[in-house]
Amino acid sequence: MEERNKVLEVKNLKTWFHTFKGVVKAVDDVSFELYEKEILGIVGESGGGKSITGFSIINMIDEPGIIETGEILFEGRNIVRLSEGEMNKIRGKKISMIFQDPMTSLNPVYTIGKQLEEILILHESLSKKERRNRCIELLKAVGISNAEKRLKNYPHEFSGGMRQRVVIAIALASNPKIIIADEPTTALDVTIQAQILRLMKKLVRENNCALILITHDLAVIAEMADRVNVMYCGKIVESGYTRDIIFHHLHPYTQGLIGSIPGTDTEKKRLTTIEGVVPNMFDLPKGCKFAPRCAYRQPVCFEEEPEIRDFGDNHRAACFFPVREGAV
Amino acid sequence: MFKYLLKRTFQMVFVLFIVSVIVFTMTSVIGNPVYNMLPQKATDQQIQEVVVMLGLDKPLYVQYWIFLKNAIRGEFGRSYTHFVPALGLIVSKFPATIEIVIVAMGLTILLGISLGVLAGARPKSKISKLIMFGSLAGISLPSFFMGMVYIFVFAVSLRWLPVSGRGEIGTILGIRTSLATLDGWRHIILPSMTLALLNIATIIRLVRAGMMEVMRQDFIKFARSKGVAARKVLYGHALKNILIPVVTIFGLQLGELIAFTTITETIFAWPGMGKLLIDSITNLDRPIISAYLLFVAILFVVINFVVDILYTFIDPRIDLNS
Ligand SMILES: Nc1ncnc2c1ncn2[C@@H]1O[C@H](COP(=O)(O)OP(=O)(O)O)[C@@H](O)[C@H]1O
Ligand SMILES: [Mg+2]
Repeated sequence: MEERNKVLEVKNLKTWFHTFKGVVKAVDDVSFELYEKEILGIVGESGGGKSITGFSIINMIDEPGIIETGEILFEGRNIVRLSEGEMNKIRGKKISMIFQDPMTSLNPVYTIGKQLEEILILHESLSKKERRNRCIELLKAVGISNAEKRLKNYPHEFSGGMRQRVVIAIALASNPKIIIADEPTTALDVTIQAQILRLMKKLVRENNCALILITHDLAVIAEMADRVNVMYCGKIVESGYTRDIIFHHLHPYTQGLIGSIPGTDTEKKRLTTIEGVVPNMFDLPKGCKFAPRCAYRQPVCFEEEPEIRDFGDNHRAACFFPVREGAV
Repeated sequence: MFKYLLKRTFQMVFVLFIVSVIVFTMTSVIGNPVYNMLPQKATDQQIQEVVVMLGLDKPLYVQYWIFLKNAIRGEFGRSYTHFVPALGLIVSKFPATIEIVIVAMGLTILLGISLGVLAGARPKSKISKLIMFGSLAGISLPSFFMGMVYIFVFAVSLRWLPVSGRGEIGTILGIRTSLATLDGWRHIILPSMTLALLNIATIIRLVRAGMMEVMRQDFIKFARSKGVAARKVLYGHALKNILIPVVTIFGLQLGELIAFTTITETIFAWPGMGKLLIDSITNLDRPIISAYLLFVAILFVVINFVVDILYTFIDPRIDLNS
């Protein structure tokens, strides 16, 4: 393996929500690293803690949530307890975010030119003219034609796909080291999805930027990611290179997710879905969180929580009885 | 835009026409000024003379036509009690009223918006709860009562500010106003606070509700993720999105204040339009009342128009033609 540099390291991150009804351990002891120029997928069913993981990285957790413990190492320092002022020098400049719904992530009362320019004013020292040129250049890069005219348009004058392109342009504006994309194509038509994903992949590669791609859709991951974290109930249950996750997965939950992708199952033509529902976050089962839904569960699974174990070549899983189906 | 302006102008003229009919009907039906103008012992002959002098012997539609023609020229006749042209009298009282209204509305913008934003941004904080309690009090307590409380506290007990009157008057841009002198300002503070209290409380609640709603939106999170500082997120990104209802209410408040400062002006013996209106109603001074009502109608129509135009500046999605 070539020597690669870590751009981000998350260690034992716990982000909990202290609500009226009790504590929601949205992210519970999560550790992973992100390498330069890598696309890391985070996948799992809704409510698994994927978005909260993303927001924790840029320290945008709102009440009643709080980052309880953990370290987020970025550029040689722990950024978990930085002040808002310090954090604002990182947000948008070094780490930027893309959200799910392009219809709502742009401010409806400002032109897209203004919203693009804003991030340049914040993080770059450019003259007015240079800024304008950079805005045009950015819009062109994300495939918006007639960029000069489009700067004066408001978000409602763009289609969903076009807006997401604008959002991507904003995210890229300051040449960030990391982009966190939270379900960036979930709200888009299938045909547009593919276009946007391809665009993101291309731009991330060209700009030497690492991407954390959050999605509930393993098909997107298979298409895009170099490595994958599978999250369930606030924990990473399996992680590894994408091909290992797809073809040699160890955790029954991952197997379940793959079974539910249409068209990947060659033997059975039937689509399998994971039985049962995601447990109530206020009342999580004692042992393995997946045990109640798991086809391979044993009594011990209800007693003890499996530690994440290393299976070699960066492949890790938290399961007492890993599935070996299809293993080499 | 031109089509819109044309349509809008037509609408405004129509509204004013309706108002003029109502004003005319009301002022020619309510009371009979003749008896107020003459001594108790006046003879029939004298009464008849005054009726003819005022044109009250003509048929109603002729009276209306004359009224309308004169109204368009700004002539509402002479005040029965002050013996000067009615409109001129109102206009001469206008600066006194508008100066307390301007200060009141300034206070409303400043305090209503900043406290509302504060309360909406962190609804669970102590300061936010305090603001909400204050605004509830502001809405519940009648303003005349608060006016008297202010007089008692700041003027009578503490002696910081004068009890009543308009104070020293100076000149700004050729307009004679108390805003030009320090003594004038000292006199303006209490009546303005009295006028502003309810409006501040209303705007606080409106802004808070809007902010709480808008702060949950994705574009706010996106702005924060760009590294925009908290303050700029609040005032730059969130506030503009909630201004439509605020501007609407603000427009109504402004019109209402200019038109109906009566109670406050009475409490503080402020020589403005409100006091003039009350006096005229007591004396059945018809020309003044009708001039006043039409003046107020025009004011409302104009403010409404300005508010509509402001909408398009606030929210680009608003299309005035539809
Ligand atoms: N403001 C909040 N208050 C309470 N619980 C929250 C809040 N935000 C998120 N959560 C909880 O955190 C968990 C993880 O949420 P999230 O990261 O959004 O899931 P995902 O992105 O994987 O769908 C969910 O169970 C959710 O209920
Ligand atoms: Mg999510």
